[in-house]
Amino acid sequence: MKSLLSLIALVTALGCASAQAQYTDGIIKIGVMNDMSGTYKDLSGQGSVIAARMAVEDFGAAAKGMKVEIVGADHQNKPDVGSNVVRTWIDTDKVDVIVDVPTSSVALAVNEIVRDKNKVFLVSGAAASDLTGPQCTPNTIHWTYDTWALANGTGKAIVKTGGDTWFFITANYAFGLALERDTAAVVVKNGGKVLGQVRHPFPATDFSSFLLQAQASKAKVIGLANAGADTINSIKQASEFGIVQGGQSLAGLLVFITDVKSLGLQIAQGLILTEAWYWDMNDANREFAKKFSEQNSGIYPSMVHAGVYSAVTHYLKAVDALKSDGDGKAVVAKMKEMPTNDKLFGQGTVRADGRKIHPMYLFEVKKPSESKGPWDMYKLRATIPADEAFRPLSEGGCPLVNKS
Amino acid sequence: MFELLGITPQALFGQLLIGLINGSFYALLSLGLAVIFGMLNIINFTHGAQYMLGAFTAFFLLEYAGLGYWWALALAPVLVGITGVIIERLFLQWLYKLDHLYGLLLTFGLALIIEGTFRNFFGSSGLPYSVPPELQGGRNLGFMFLPNYRGWVVLFSLAVCLATWFVIERTRLGAYLRAATENPTLVRAFGINVPRMITLTYGFGVALAALAGVMAAPIYSVSPQMGSGLIIVVFAVVVIGGMGSIMGAIVTGFGLGLIEGLTKVFFPEASNTVIFIIMAIVLLIRPAGLFGRTA
Repeated sequence: MKSLLSLIALVTALGCASAQAQYTDGIIKIGVMNDMSGTYKDLSGQGSVIAARMAVEDFGAAAKGMKVEIVGADHQNKPDVGSNVVRTWIDTDKVDVIVDVPTSSVALAVNEIVRDKNKVFLVSGAAASDLTGPQCTPNTIHWTYDTWALANGTGKAIVKTGGDTWFFITANYAFGLALERDTAAVVVKNGGKVLGQVRHPFPATDFSSFLLQAQASKAKVIGLANAGADTINSIKQASEFGIVQGGQSLAGLLVFITDVKSLGLQIAQGLILTEAWYWDMNDANREFAKKFSEQNSGIYPSMVHAGVYSAVTHYLKAVDALKSDGDGKAVVAKMKEMPTNDKLFGQGTVRADGRKIHPMYLFEVKKPSESKGPWDMYKLRATIPADEAFRPLSEGGCPLVNKS
Repeated sequence: MFELLGITPQALFGQLLIGLINGSFYALLSLGLAVIFGMLNIINFTHGAQYMLGAFTAFFLLEYAGLGYWWALALAPVLVGITGVIIERLFLQWLYKLDHLYGLLLTFGLALIIEGTFRNFFGSSGLPYSVPPELQGGRNLGFMFLPNYRGWVVLFSLAVCLATWFVIERTRLGAYLRAATENPTLVRAFGINVPRMITLTYGFGVALAALAGVMAAPIYSVSPQMGSGLIIVVFAVVVIGGMGSIMGAIVTGFGLGLIEGLTKVFFPEASNTVIFIIMAIVLLIRPAGLFGRTA
């Protein structure tokens, strides 16, 4: 009898000890899904998993008694593969938050699934501005950049300096079409004209035919509404066909530092691009980049990696404040309520439509003679302040905004 | 008439020339595949990876040995051809008597291993390789600006394809090869070393793939997945041309390059799939392929 009583007392005591925080099965599980083997591997890939891990370490999760686990997966840029992974993750593996997901078609699919299952989706890699527009949900935050911000940065800057006729070479899927649509709107709004477009299969290797059509259009600016290896190939082949010598200029609407590295400064010099984060802008960024590259085979972090770090940091803060991670809508609401502050993006906010707000930066690629290191590639042309960088809340068409 | 189609004659000829240039890659690669299948009855799925190896060898030769494009054109096919010989001696020689599928599975597995290893070490954004200085620049042909390098690609591929066809169809060595495929035992009885011929033939097919890789390096990114997208299209080309026909592979390669080029002008979204649509139609009408011999 005495032993039974002590047994009951022991079990009750143990039960009380674990009732401090109600994390689903006691672990905060972060799922980093992106392209680990194809076109977008270098700008996201394993690097995003590393960035997430660094965020968890810097947050001091272990010291706060939070058990955090990170898993990674490859969606191969296919919406069906990505959807399957996310469903398995949420249903079987009890993953609480999905992070990164470049390739807008995959992100839009995951967006729906996460809303139905009431988890959290923090988009760093994907671009389509629809994620905070008609497709916005109370479970998703679009963190790093989007097609509207790119169009507003690069597009507006180029039109204002005289590039007023455009021809688009567009990747024929959700992202390319969104980027073309947003940039065309900016061009027309600032007094320019769109002379035509050609939609190429995604991904593609040979752009000679499309570049020839762009040449024939005689547009002053050829807008490349594609990304990753597609953009690299377009720019390389454009230099082969003497496009720039012929008087037309190339606008890389979405260019990452990893793309410029692959092209080399000789070909990429003078390219104008918009990014949300660059490693060489302050000491905190430089320190992060050094630590990151040591774990990532010497490859420096892209803005997508920095976005993953920032998003995971803010997520952990919100979950820590709520002391729970089960209700996706509640966590995202908390993330929108708390202002953001991390060492990479500084201070910022998350809007009602799920859009994270921070300044965007217009860069120009340096000439080879101006570069003093293997990753020293950009010079800053302009800073677009946070309140002008993203699409105004009223213009998005997000159902959440109208309700409030 | 052309204006009705929405394109000027100049632009159309430009696109046809681009199509011809792409066709030369298809022709070179499908030639290697046709030679290997015609002579060895092996469906060589590793062809795309060997094409990629050719491009990477050219990159390594430049990066670590300082040897430029012209050296690479000569050396890379030989080096990659030697790896082909090794593969044949180690793995493929045991599969000749078995069903075609075993060869396909083995070569497919090898392709995955090779591509995976390279992707692990070299990422996916691609490595830079520039056009050799002698071939840089271009000339204005009136209807388009043709980069010199692309013109070189067409002419050189045509020369290599025709030379290969000539050797196989019109010389004694080629006659031995063709005889050895039809009746190896009898040919051996004449004292001809059949296994060595077969090994060298596989090595030659692989060398052709590597040659195509070296030629692709300056214009397409040198990246680990450069072969995997291309190989599926090349198989479709070989099937349309007829699996064992050398001339069929060459003609179909150039021809389909032209058709794909035209599709890119009039309906670019379909340019990825038009070759497969044609393959489906050809298989319905002529199952052995356009130039194939019914077995």
